[in-house]
Amino acid sequence: MDELIFFINRVLISGTVLGSIYALGAIGITLVFGILRFAHFAHGDMMTMGAFIGFCIASILAGMGIATPIPIAFVVLPLAMVVTAAIALGIDKGFYAPLRRRGVPSVTLLIASIGVTLMMQGLIRLFFGSGTRSLYINETKEIFRIDMSAFGGSRPISITEPQVLMIAVTVVLVLALHFFLTRSRLGKAMRAMSDNAALAQVSGINTALVVRVTWIIAGSLACVAGTMLALDVALMPDLAFNIVLPIFAAAIVGGLGHVYGAIVGGFLIAFAETLAVFNWTSILRPLTTWLPFDLPANLALVPTEYKLTVAFVILVITLLARPTGIFKGISS
Amino acid sequence: MALIELKHVVGGYGGAPILNGVNIAIEQSDIGVIVGPNGAGKSTTLKAIFGLLKVTGGTIEFGGEDVANSLPDKLVPKGLSFVPQEKNVFTSMTVEENLEMGAFTRTDDFRDTMRWVYDMFPVLAEKRRQPAGELSGGQRQMVAMGRALMSKPKLLMLDEPSAGLSPRYVIEIFETIVRVNKEGVGILMVEQNARQALAFASKGFVLASGQNRFTGTGPELIADPEVAKSFLGG
Repeated sequence: MDELIFFINRVLISGTVLGSIYALGAIGITLVFGILRFAHFAHGDMMTMGAFIGFCIASILAGMGIATPIPIAFVVLPLAMVVTAAIALGIDKGFYAPLRRRGVPSVTLLIASIGVTLMMQGLIRLFFGSGTRSLYINETKEIFRIDMSAFGGSRPISITEPQVLMIAVTVVLVLALHFFLTRSRLGKAMRAMSDNAALAQVSGINTALVVRVTWIIAGSLACVAGTMLALDVALMPDLAFNIVLPIFAAAIVGGLGHVYGAIVGGFLIAFAETLAVFNWTSILRPLTTWLPFDLPANLALVPTEYKLTVAFVILVITLLARPTGIFKGISS
Repeated sequence: MALIELKHVVGGYGGAPILNGVNIAIEQSDIGVIVGPNGAGKSTTLKAIFGLLKVTGGTIEFGGEDVANSLPDKLVPKGLSFVPQEKNVFTSMTVEENLEMGAFTRTDDFRDTMRWVYDMFPVLAEKRRQPAGELSGGQRQMVAMGRALMSKPKLLMLDEPSAGLSPRYVIEIFETIVRVNKEGVGILMVEQNARQALAFASKGFVLASGQNRFTGTGPELIADPEVAKSFLGG
């Protein structure tokens, strides 16, 4: 029983949290790709930017002596989302839109987004330095412990309050996005443009408006994902740049342009990573007597520092076996 | 006054012009058919009207208003609709969602229009919840026309509606076009099946090298020995 509890604590809970972060990031990448047909490399830094904006607003509130019952990062999240969405719109207007008007190939936009990445990282370092900060301002994580003694477990299942909130926020946002895309006029227009941009234009759909809505959604979700990552790890300038590869892998594995694919891909990559670095010895220990060999102290498939390779391996396998992703994505 | 009137339209994709002075005039009661050899600028003419390429000379008037180089999101609310030849449905979306996208520019209640489209294409009503990509070629063409009709257009433009369809569907699509016209929608279409299409055309335009060669009613053009010899395959 204790082994199962350990598994739940180490794999199920942290995998779900990581999966939520990847999914929200990958949704943004997949939406931008679907509508604008380019790989938005700066998405990771949009996430970091969002987390720092949340940090600024939270610091101001905390400085005013305002205490909140839940971690303040969640309270300021809606405002931070609005600001990040506005920045995303500004970046598009300033850098990508002029290039699109000239009808440049999508690789030019990709390179431009790498430029935006460098610029944003520079700006963040300029204002906040390169050190590590905590998004928990004068706060401690509350930990919920679910007593499992009734089931014969000596240890509790423990989940922190931020983890519960992260999962809840992700569920709410994904459902909201689902209803937006399937029920609203503008959401359907977004799917239409992702499906066939030329026909969307011919139908009289205001494609400029759809592009703006795409950036608003991608930017605000990036803010949430970045904030959650900062809560899960720590706030630093290269916070989300390090996970650009896994979230791109998630979007591609799920099928580019496909929102549900991005969600599935996000959780798939997150759980694969979590399982790969999980120390299986802790679970296999009760079987020691039956095993013909001694268990090593650490039996992980991949050492933690090579975690990033997991996303790579899944990406390569997907591209070999099913190039358009799990859900049939756009194969441009 | 004609519903749409093109006078000496010149235009192209930025290089040498493809249209070198096209003249077309259509009433709302008309079925206009543009025929001509490959590369004559037939589809290009429709695209020029719909703002999909640059018009550098001449005038395009729709309902008495100059609409040259206007974009589709301005043209559709004015009563102009276009069915492209290829990729003319949203394959990942249901039939009903495809129709809704045709009504994107409308802010009023379009349920009546949807009922009208379903009356015209009963098979679409049956498959309203099915992704358009799963339908047959003929049914897709119906979805594409239905989508274009959802904006309640005064003029419906079709680019080779019969392309790639089996003969049975070609006749069905042509019959539908005539029916749509009787409901008060002007038609301007490009057709490869020239003889068949001209048979029911009230206005026919033979284009070659981006210019009008012959203009007349459909039956007149079919009867003209020169048109028959050069453009209708004898």
